[in-house]
Amino acid sequence: MTAQGWAQIVVFLLVLTALVPLVGAYMARVFEGERVFLSPVVGPIEGFSCRVLRVRPDEGQDWKAYARSILVFSLLSWLTLFLILNTQGIQPLNPEGFGSAPWNLNFNTASSFVTNTNWQYYGGEATLSYFSQMVGLTVQNFVSAAVGIAALAAVIRGFAARSGAALGNFWVDLVRITLYILLPVSFVAALVLVSQGVIQTLDGSTTFKTLAGGTQTLALGPVASQEAIKELGTNGGGFFNVNSAYPFENASGFTNFVELLLIMIIPAGLTYTFGRMIGNRRQGWALYAAMLTMFVAAVAVVYAAEQHGSPAQHHAGVLTHAFDGSTGGNMEGKEQRFGIAESSLWTAVTTVTSCGAVNAALDSLTGIGGLVPLANMGTGEVIFGGVGSGLYSMLLFVLLTVFIAGLMVGRTPEFLGKKIEAREVKLVLVGVLVTPLLVLFATAWAVAGSDGTQSIFNAGPQGFSESLYAYMSQANNNGSAFAGYTGFVQPNAPGNAGAYGYDFANLLGSVVMLVARFLPMIAALAVAGSLAGKRIAPAGAGTFRADSPTFVVLLIGVIAIAAALTFFPAFLLGPVVQGLTDQLF
Amino acid sequence: MNGLRKDLTTASIAIVFMTLLLGVAYPLVTTGVSQVLFSDAANGNRIEVDGKLVGSELIGQDFRGKPGYFQSRPSATGYSANVTYFNNLGPNSRELSRLFAKQLDAYLKRERPYVPGLTSDDVPVDAVTTSASGVDPHISKANARIQACRVAEVRGLSLSHVEELIAEHTDGRFLGMFGEPVVNVLQLNLALDREAPR
Repeated sequence: MTAQGWAQIVVFLLVLTALVPLVGAYMARVFEGERVFLSPVVGPIEGFSCRVLRVRPDEGQDWKAYARSILVFSLLSWLTLFLILNTQGIQPLNPEGFGSAPWNLNFNTASSFVTNTNWQYYGGEATLSYFSQMVGLTVQNFVSAAVGIAALAAVIRGFAARSGAALGNFWVDLVRITLYILLPVSFVAALVLVSQGVIQTLDGSTTFKTLAGGTQTLALGPVASQEAIKELGTNGGGFFNVNSAYPFENASGFTNFVELLLIMIIPAGLTYTFGRMIGNRRQGWALYAAMLTMFVAAVAVVYAAEQHGSPAQHHAGVLTHAFDGSTGGNMEGKEQRFGIAESSLWTAVTTVTSCGAVNAALDSLTGIGGLVPLANMGTGEVIFGGVGSGLYSMLLFVLLTVFIAGLMVGRTPEFLGKKIEAREVKLVLVGVLVTPLLVLFATAWAVAGSDGTQSIFNAGPQGFSESLYAYMSQANNNGSAFAGYTGFVQPNAPGNAGAYGYDFANLLGSVVMLVARFLPMIAALAVAGSLAGKRIAPAGAGTFRADSPTFVVLLIGVIAIAAALTFFPAFLLGPVVQGLTDQLF
Repeated sequence: MNGLRKDLTTASIAIVFMTLLLGVAYPLVTTGVSQVLFSDAANGNRIEVDGKLVGSELIGQDFRGKPGYFQSRPSATGYSANVTYFNNLGPNSRELSRLFAKQLDAYLKRERPYVPGLTSDDVPVDAVTTSASGVDPHISKANARIQACRVAEVRGLSLSHVEELIAEHTDGRFLGMFGEPVVNVLQLNLALDREAPR
């Protein structure tokens, strides 16, 4: 590790922290329907949208109605995307003339994008037309992110409400979040990225003779418009198969920095939004502090592990020390312009958030380096997490911590002056346990028979890590991968002629993504619905404050213990084994 | 039931509306504005020589077997720019270790005649590991420094001249801070062809 490397990480965190209150306050105003600086421009479009949708901001929905709107919208989104992907061959904007991918792959891709997971069994540039990428995937990048943020807005309203049952109106939230937050930021970010070399064109690929006399075919496409929302919405599905490692998606140290900020800004800013909306900014900062602490630990571990290099390098006699002009470390599957520090930072950022974009090959991370993304996701994506989903999952952990603290001191647990009772705790446990249970059952099933193991690429413990990673990532709606693991075989790439998918990997993954997306979301909405009508008791001398450093420590402890108890044995079998030995497999 | 029917209607309208706005208008407007403001970058920073396309600044090429050129980093994809994938071999993979040994051996064999006394402890790690994209356009400064000796000799240029060209095609960190310093292989090789045609 170098001082230079650490400086990049520290400066990134400083810039992020400085932006949190600005962006957080802006999002709070958007959630509360207040005027913002974009109102003169966006207001008329918003008014038009609401008229077209025939919805009114004052039409409040209780938690059940809000959840039903989300589910209906997501179901129709899924059907639309599935239809688009299955009829790719007859659509316009398909300069390479790709036919449709097999239905089981499309099933997985549709589930993946509607759940904000963006798991890639498909290989962007070699499988999908521009039409599918734009009209199919880009749209879901936006609206699946908006759904997550809307659910959080509703949850916060429930926590903050003094009476009644209304959590807001989903359709109005969907429109406002899209028009005021996601679309303007994406548009500006896309142009910034283009100016730095991220491509944006509708021209088809071009083949030419290289300098040394070979041939190369440059795949092109409308990349920047997708890249911007892919990061901002913590989606992560790449236009290109190798995602943000590809120079046309992520061209330089500068674009890398911009993309990292885009990924983190909404999940981080929402902690401030929360504090502002409940009228206790300290509480928002307390959650931010808990997240930041766990995040810094994650970065430090992955950076140290990657700088150390891998056993495969050491056995081959490759020097892994840094020296003047060379980064040293495990550069297998990493890009020179990012080096070890920016690749490590990226790996931590995209796995604490549920972004899942990659700028390096995670399958080639060292054992301990690969443990970090697994552990980050193993917390249930609450360290920043996905847009919206990260914070509402974190709030479930906050209630769990309050409950455990209450048990320890023998008091009725309360949060923000509201009593936490049996109903809430049961719902919290559903929300917290569904995802890890799905991960463990799906992984166990996938490694138990040949249906699942045909997806594995690497031999030895790495093969198990790949399987665990696949279901960990899909269940937590992350989308990054130990990419050797496959559910799609494309013998005549590019194009889909003769391609086929593995039913087991595609369908099990889809079910895992869908259940782990919507069940915890419904649980969080139900908790909010149940809290909405509760009286707020004034804080007294005996109140256990949830905005104190003590609480932050306790919260981190509960999250870490829950993840460790659930996943430690599984981690031992894969990444830890490899991290602790020099043995080759 | 009434609520469900209303949700189905609203959701259908919302999907059509969002698709037109986010899937059609947004990418098309972004494309239009990009093509006007940044047409060079938006189309892939293409490099043309005598009116003929020879590559993109940002996409690495294969120079294996051409000792007069700087060599790109190893690629798992044969430097494909339209079917991309990672090497994906794990950190404790015996196969990967063999590949590293092979790359290291080849690198030493190629460069040692021009850099007497070159050992594996001098070889920078980027020279023997596959990049993530398969088309990493860059190599490290240390890697370029070693290869300079071979290129200078094969091309009949002075070493200091080649080193000047390397410096010209080296990009520093963004704001002196983010990313790593890199040498652009294709641009450097194009400059060599201009300086010492062969």
